Amino acid sequence: MIWSISWKNVWRNKVRSSVVMTAIGLGLTAGIFSSAFFTGMVNQRIKQAISNEISSIQIHDPKFKETTELVNFMSDAPDISDKIQKLDNIAGVSNRIIIYSMVSSAETATGVKITGIDPNQENQVTGINSKIVDGKYFEGVSRNPVVIGKKLAEKLKVKVRSKIVITLQDMDKNITGGAFRIAGIYETPNTGFDESNVFVRSSDLLQLTGMPPGAAHEIAILVNDNEEAFSIDQKIKKMFPDKEVLNWKEISPEMSYMTEVMGFYNYIFIIIILFALLFGIINTMLMVVLERRKEIGMLLAIGMSRLKVFGMVMLETVLLSLSGGLVGILLGALIAKHFETNAIDLSMWAEGYSQLGYDTLVYTSIEPEQYVVIAVMVIMTGIIAAIYPAYKALKYDPAEALRIE
Amino acid sequence: MSVINIKNLTKIYDGSGLEVVAVNNIDLEFEKGEFAAIVGPSGSGKTTLLNMLGGLDSPTSGEVIIDSQNIWELSSRKLTNFRLNNIGFVLQSYNLIPVLTAGENTEFIMQLQGRSKSERKNRTKELLDAVGIGDRVRSRPNKLSGGQQQRVAVARALASKPKFILADEPTANLDSKSTETLLNIMETLNKTENITFIFSTHDARVMKKARRVITLVDGKVDSDVTK
Repeated sequence: MIWSISWKNVWRNKVRSSVVMTAIGLGLTAGIFSSAFFTGMVNQRIKQAISNEISSIQIHDPKFKETTELVNFMSDAPDISDKIQKLDNIAGVSNRIIIYSMVSSAETATGVKITGIDPNQENQVTGINSKIVDGKYFEGVSRNPVVIGKKLAEKLKVKVRSKIVITLQDMDKNITGGAFRIAGIYETPNTGFDESNVFVRSSDLLQLTGMPPGAAHEIAILVNDNEEAFSIDQKIKKMFPDKEVLNWKEISPEMSYMTEVMGFYNYIFIIIILFALLFGIINTMLMVVLERRKEIGMLLAIGMSRLKVFGMVMLETVLLSLSGGLVGILLGALIAKHFETNAIDLSMWAEGYSQLGYDTLVYTSIEPEQYVVIAVMVIMTGIIAAIYPAYKALKYDPAEALRIE
Repeated sequence: MSVINIKNLTKIYDGSGLEVVAVNNIDLEFEKGEFAAIVGPSGSGKTTLLNMLGGLDSPTSGEVIIDSQNIWELSSRKLTNFRLNNIGFVLQSYNLIPVLTAGENTEFIMQLQGRSKSERKNRTKELLDAVGIGDRVRSRPNKLSGGQQQRVAVARALASKPKFILADEPTANLDSKSTETLLNIMETLNKTENITFIFSTHDARVMKKARRVITLVDGKVDSDVTK
């Protein structure tokens, strides 16, 4: 009957309880939505980075990480990639030549990362081919085609079919260069990437640098599920112990850190909301206990133990908090679900977001266990909020309480 | 054999250095099955005496012995338990739990005692029938008249099968007809169930019904008349 009384007491003053529940509900809705929004944003950034920039797993010659010099290539790259292709859950493998060099147009010059690729192989690993906004992906230009980012094109003041010159060192460490014609211009959500990455055919780079046929600095691997990268990389390490094999978290530790920090911030945000609500709940329950002083005095007088009175007020507070909390979680979940498939358009702040590498169309994302954690946090808030009012009720002197008119 | 034995009971309220002697060295005995009224002018110490008798307000000195046990020697937890199982309270302003029905209000105290559901249901029906509101078992207090609410309070007080019932001004908020009905119900229960009733009252109708009238003046027993 304690449960029944506590639940009925919650609804004794419908307006007051509804106000408190609405406050809790709206607070949690906002908290859950913001969590889903920022988690979605970070997940998209990671997905985008993996599919456009770093891939799931990379293989290098161990010396390449220390000095990204031309000579630190893997001569057995075709053999390695053939063996990796045969593994399970591999979406694609691409051999790349990586050179940091200078690219210049008639107007200006800038430092970039040149990636020499086999366009067909690379299509299986990155989505640059689908990000072309002008021209075509290595088509329409027969000799020395190049694909550059939109931001770089703007910087160099060039367009499709414009000529640019790539200056680099050859295998003999002599300065050499080649004229390339722009076949396509791509645009990813990351303007920093677009400004500093140029794609050419491996065969053109091999010819320009004098590297042996089949040589590559990097083997980029895309797996079917990003989480599988952490088991597949172990297999590859065993297969090629003399090579440096890195998964995406090792390649880009800031990505993994970003996920952890975002999860932490999301909970901090909800804790701040609940902390603010805590005082509202305490205030309400203090009013409740004060209003029912005579009734509580009567309960103590007829022989209800102080522990049961304490429990009754605690239960009432938890039920009040949880009712509002469940409404908030439900509403927050519905909104988060809606925006999982209907993107939130942030294009009015596109410049700022794309500089940071974030997409301007954000799809919310939230893990189901987060709802459980939030529900537990609401119950904890209810319990904490109940302690002081319940303690006040506990301290009532029945004789004194019954004297109140 | 006396159910309640009060010895040298004194209560002094000490507020801001001003001592008020509410109950002054009272000795009283109550037998099983008594129907007694404690009367006296306002401030004479009736409610304070009843509170000390009911284990609600601790005496400054003296003893309240019920069944050979000085209840003020019990720990707080044991005293609460003692009240639950031995004393029924009927208060001036009914003090029913507004969110519970008449039946639930009556049943609640039995649940605190840990009685079985069937026993609770049977006794609730029996008591509400006895106080004449068996048909209002599902009504909440706000749907009952003052007299009906006080009858539920009497049923609740009796539900725990107490040794005695303390009723503090039970008729103060009732009209003549409701007072008459309530007093008749309590008198009948006193006779049929042999439960001791002790009232504090100003009400002449209660005094008339009571078989023993104790008059307090300035915290002392001025007269103690058994009819």
